[in-house]
Amino acid sequence: MIKAILIFNNHGKPRLSKFYEHYSEDTEQQIIRETFHLVSKRDENVCNFLEGGMLIGGSDNKLIYRHYATLYFVFCVDSSESELGILDLIQVFVETLDKCFENVCELDLIFHVDKAGIAGAPARAVSAVKNMNLPEMPRNINIGDISIKVPNLPSFK
Amino acid sequence: MALKIVKGSIDRMFDKNLQDLVRGIRNHKEDEAKYISTCIDEIKQELKQDNIAVKANAVCKLTYLQMLGYDVSWAAFNIVEVMSSSKFTYKRIGYLAASQCFHESTDVIMLTTNQIRKDLSSPNQYDTGVALTGLSCFVTPDLARDLANDIMTLMSHTKPYIRKKAVLIMYKVFLKYPESLRPAFPRLKEKLEDPDPGVQSAAVNVICELARRNPKNYLSLAPLFFKLMTSSTNNWVLIKIIKLFGALTPLEPRLGKKLIEPLTNLIHSTSAMSLLYECVNTVIAVLISLSSGMPNHSASIQLCVQKLRILIEDSDQNLKYLGLLAMSKILKTHPKSVQSHKDLILQCLDDKDESIRLRALDLLYGMVSKKNLMEIVKKLMLHVDKAEGTTYRDELLTKIIDICSQSNYQYITNFEWYISILVELTRLEGTRHGHLIASQMLDVAIRVKAIRAFAVAQMATLLDNAHLLTGNTQRNGICEVLYAAAWICGEFSEHLENPMQTLEAMLRPKVATLPGHIQAVYVQNAAKLFATVLRSQEGNTEGTAAQETSQLMIDRLPLFVQSANLEVQERASCILQLVKYIQKLQQKDVEVAEEVNALFAGELNPVAPKAQKKVPVPEGLDLDAWINEPPSESESEDEKPKAIFAKEEPKHSRPRHTEVDEKELARRREARKQEQANNPFYIKASPSSQKVYQDAPGVEHIPVVQIDLSVPLKVPGLPMSDQYVKLEEERRQKERAEKKKKEKKKRKEKRSGRGKKHDSGPESEEDITPAHMVDIVTEEMPENALPSDDDDKDPNDPHKALDIDLDKPLADSEKLPVRSHRPTEAPKSPAEDGDTESAAPQEPKKKSSKEKKEKKKDKEKDRKKSKEEKKKKKHKHEEGEDLLGGQPDEPAVQSEETNEVAAPPTSTSAEVSDLDFWLSNAPVPSNSQEAATVAAAAAPVPQEASGTAPDSEPDEPKDTETEETKSSKHKKKKQKKEKEEKEKKKKKKHHHHHHHSDGGGDESVQNGTVEEEEEPLPPMSNYCLLAENSYIKMVCDIQGNLQDGSQVVVSVIFENKCDSFLKSMEFNVLDSLNSKLQRPEGAGPHDGLTVPFQLPPGVSNEARFVFTVQSIVMPQKLKGTLTFIVKNEDSSTHEKLDFKLHFTCTSYLITTPCYSDAFAKLLESGDLKCSSVRLEGVNMPFHHLLARICFHHHFSVVERIDSCASMYSRSIQGHHVCLLVKTADQTVSIDAKCDEPSLLGNVLDEIKQTFSQC
Repeated sequence: MIKAILIFNNHGKPRLSKFYEHYSEDTEQQIIRETFHLVSKRDENVCNFLEGGMLIGGSDNKLIYRHYATLYFVFCVDSSESELGILDLIQVFVETLDKCFENVCELDLIFHVDKAGIAGAPARAVSAVKNMNLPEMPRNINIGDISIKVPNLPSFK
Repeated sequence: MALKIVKGSIDRMFDKNLQDLVRGIRNHKEDEAKYISTCIDEIKQELKQDNIAVKANAVCKLTYLQMLGYDVSWAAFNIVEVMSSSKFTYKRIGYLAASQCFHESTDVIMLTTNQIRKDLSSPNQYDTGVALTGLSCFVTPDLARDLANDIMTLMSHTKPYIRKKAVLIMYKVFLKYPESLRPAFPRLKEKLEDPDPGVQSAAVNVICELARRNPKNYLSLAPLFFKLMTSSTNNWVLIKIIKLFGALTPLEPRLGKKLIEPLTNLIHSTSAMSLLYECVNTVIAVLISLSSGMPNHSASIQLCVQKLRILIEDSDQNLKYLGLLAMSKILKTHPKSVQSHKDLILQCLDDKDESIRLRALDLLYGMVSKKNLMEIVKKLMLHVDKAEGTTYRDELLTKIIDICSQSNYQYITNFEWYISILVELTRLEGTRHGHLIASQMLDVAIRVKAIRAFAVAQMATLLDNAHLLTGNTQRNGICEVLYAAAWICGEFSEHLENPMQTLEAMLRPKVATLPGHIQAVYVQNAAKLFATVLRSQEGNTEGTAAQETSQLMIDRLPLFVQSANLEVQERASCILQLVKYIQKLQQKDVEVAEEVNALFAGELNPVAPKAQKKVPVPEGLDLDAWINEPPSESESEDEKPKAIFAKEEPKHSRPRHTEVDEKELARRREARKQEQANNPFYIKASPSSQKVYQDAPGVEHIPVVQIDLSVPLKVPGLPMSDQYVKLEEERRQKERAEKKKKEKKKRKEKRSGRGKKHDSGPESEEDITPAHMVDIVTEEMPENALPSDDDDKDPNDPHKALDIDLDKPLADSEKLPVRSHRPTEAPKSPAEDGDTESAAPQEPKKKSSKEKKEKKKDKEKDRKKSKEEKKKKKHKHEEGEDLLGGQPDEPAVQSEETNEVAAPPTSTSAEVSDLDFWLSNAPVPSNSQEAATVAAAAAPVPQEASGTAPDSEPDEPKDTETEETKSSKHKKKKQKKEKEEKEKKKKKKHHHHHHHSDGGGDESVQNGTVEEEEEPLPPMSNYCLLAENSYIKMVCDIQGNLQDGSQVVVSVIFENKCDSFLKSMEFNVLDSLNSKLQRPEGAGPHDGLTVPFQLPPGVSNEARFVFTVQSIVMPQKLKGTLTFIVKNEDSSTHEKLDFKLHFTCTSYLITTPCYSDAFAKLLESGDLKCSSVRLEGVNMPFHHLLARICFHHHFSVVERIDSCASMYSRSIQGHHVCLLVKTADQTVSIDAKCDEPSLLGNVLDEIKQTFSQC
């Protein structure tokens, strides 16, 4: 199961965060900071998995991340998820964002947090591709837009 | 009013929206906090307004701020307001905010229950959707309890969009309200075969998630998942299922055996790395579960290891990482197969990625053996030297120690080598693991007696060179080593070559800079050394030397007496006084050495860490009993302290509590003593408790073997572990040579024809004897310690509550709570009945069934009426089964009326035996599936006592007639009903027979014991020959694709029949207008598909090809060609084989289970066309016949009564196909209905053909 989805920029500023377990606001920010410190230290050409340790809920969890331009997309998942699957999922998520905004960039996320299914996008990507155990988030777009299709299923690695 | 609205909208124009807020925050980079606090003030103002649009905007902004880490819980009520807006745009904002910041302790949540219920049942699917998604984030136990039933209803919503979400959220509901799991499970299981792939995979996800925590409860689903696994082409679903199987196999090894083959096929055929990886993982899990007694799976292991090697060698770091991860799992059971890849893993130690290096280290841990330990550690030591960054170096250090010390130093053959490794490790700068090295040194020195002399010598060297270690003491953890060194030198000082020198080293002024606890050990052990030195000196010289030693102590110790550390100070001053006294005695020429030594006499033995825990509770000791009676409630507060202090020593209480009457105290004490003496639970002081360890056996009798040291004890400077490696080699060589000699001798003597296996092969583990015999002193445990049963389970784990047996029949007390007032009239299928509920008082089942029987006896005239009533009742019962908390006299299972509904969750024994059956002999999944369905449909054993006379056979046609004349308007419909009634009647009749004839003869076919009572089904296979020549044989099976209405999956097994290697196989089919082979993107319409494997001689393998089909009503044939290269040792030739693929209409059908009432409804609906066929001369038992239809034509049995059965199937495009099969005297008549007549005709033809063949 996915425990949290975090998006922050190269300086650790959170751009989008969704926790599927409840933490106080302070703890959430703390987690984001720690995650940023873990992730930002890593080179570009190393593997995308991190043993999360005590960050969220113990040793069963892993951080799986990708780095696109100025943004880090970090998924915290437990052992029931396929690591490579989640990597593909992040790719799909970003592709979806790209579709929504046409060449997505950090500013889009900053200014349209509520808009065009940013919040819904992860879930949408998820439900379109995988229908995993992830609650979908409501989105601020017209009903007509709701069924944006994920372009093409990602090629599996 | 209008003015107000206008004013409101103008106001809104000036309100900040979210964009403005974001922009504002960006423009106020310096004083962000201040800006946000003003914004929050504005928001508070906005929330006070009546206008819902303004409120929604404010809540929207708050959501953003929450994400930035600001607490917005104060606005919870406003969020609820926005949630309850009727406009979707606002409602969505409300739910978004709620999902971000509501949690279990938010108190306004309880206000939302009704709102959410309203939204869930909203006609607008997006309202429902948004409520579901929101709810998933903040569901509480209360909400879960109140809404479980509503959500369960949504699981059968008409829109897949809602079904999907409802299925997913059920997981959260289960977690919060475990009682809902059992009532909801049958429906969840049903969703595994939902026509919508999204819903299906949602169900797979939920069940996988549940099963992961409590796998044993889900074993009975294995056949279903197996079917999904072999039929699904959705990789996401496959991954989940395969992961689930990984969790199930440890519980059921037979499952593993079944899995190996399809998994191996997937591994061969898939191009998706993620799927491949998960397959390998599960195969590993299977192999682990099979590790005992299944020797012939080495091929699978080899395959896994080989695939993993490919992953590890990949340039993609992610694959490399995962490969290592999976490798470590194999390692646990099959270390040999991993060890052959040692080179690769050692190579990974050089990787630039730390995660990968750590993984590789983990692997090394399991790869060591006696043979290669030294070599591996040597390599690791090299890495330690090279490593940059202390964290990795520390990790290496701990790993080296872990590797060496694992399972009680099992792999260490030479402890001298190990000590020198430890000593080498002390040269690491800046490590945090000094204490680890220290504890290892202590452990080895204490427990391996034979090594003490060597260890002491090394430690003395360390102490001598302490300045090397303590260069920068404060931040250097390595000085911990000195703690161990000092203690070892002190405790085992009798082994010291030159104790005087060591003593001096320990009393150097620089020692005072060490941390306090180390100094304390120094001081104490200096005293021990002093004792040893005294003894040796008193024996030799006439005492001046001894006096000098005392003087040295007296000179140096004051330094420690001044220490700021209490421990050091105390010990030092104590010892200083002692030495001064000794000096006095020495001046009087008294021999003191013996007495001083007596101070430190005795042996210290290691105590197991768990020893304390393992001390058994003595008989009669009740740890929960009060030692003193708790103060009674009537006692006033200020009396309490007295009671507490009175327990302590009187020394304390006397001065403090002078106000307490002295006499009174004495009186109380006396009374307490009296009470204690009489109380058997009070532990009386036992003087002997301390002596247990001293008397413990195990020290004296351990033979201490003389060591023939091949390395000089005194190593100049610091030792080099490398020397040992060389020495060890030599030693082993020598040993081997000796052994060989012996062997030769033996052989000469014996002259028997024994094999040469020992001659030149590499030495096996057992051949390596340790350099010197070492006794590893085991850690002491208290006498009669209890066997360990460590309970590691976290009691707070929410999944613990979900450990629920799902196969047990539902008890009536387990229904989901429902709120409603109106009684239901209309009959419902179980798929729908969730949304209605009856509050009508539930009649006890027994009574109602009796009633029914009585009515049955009634005259023909009343028949129909009573039947209708019965039917009504029946449905009431069904609902009662699912939902209501009535209390019938009999358990639900035994009621005949409800068996269709109750079957899936109820038939425990039947399902278990199904599983057994499936695991033991079912050759192909669909076959077993069928068997399971038959059994499930017919499982419950009717037990009710019936006093009715059997309905006679001729009644039935008459019945139909009356029926038909009576209703002219809904003729067709009635007919359907009639048919059903008939079936039911027959069933009843059968029951009756069953009762009276004691199950004799072939009447007793119906219940769950089908397999046992009837002759076993003949083996069947769906694979039919496709084409064959001298090189290759192709058999194929064609299945509709559950996921996609226009796809058909053709599984072809290629078997290599010749002695040559077959490669470059290409599979090509000439597309027709109707059917097309699916080719990868970019391939031309006439290109062949490469078969993703090669075939060595005699091997067969399976490949799947997907075809897109437009119309499925007609069977068709496709021409195709397989081209391949036959490769001999010297030549290779191109060959080809033509074949014809026959897509029968049957292959478009998918086995779909159907409830009998849904089936009846379908027949009633009237849009099905009828057709029938008669088969003559069919000479086989009826259940074989059914099994054949099920197996070959993908039907499932809906209901079966005697020699009559209704069956159902669905095509990939959703056509319903219903059959009523009757048999009498070798004649089988099949009445069929379908909404597509031509499809039906073709299917019937095919059925006919099947039976004409046999």
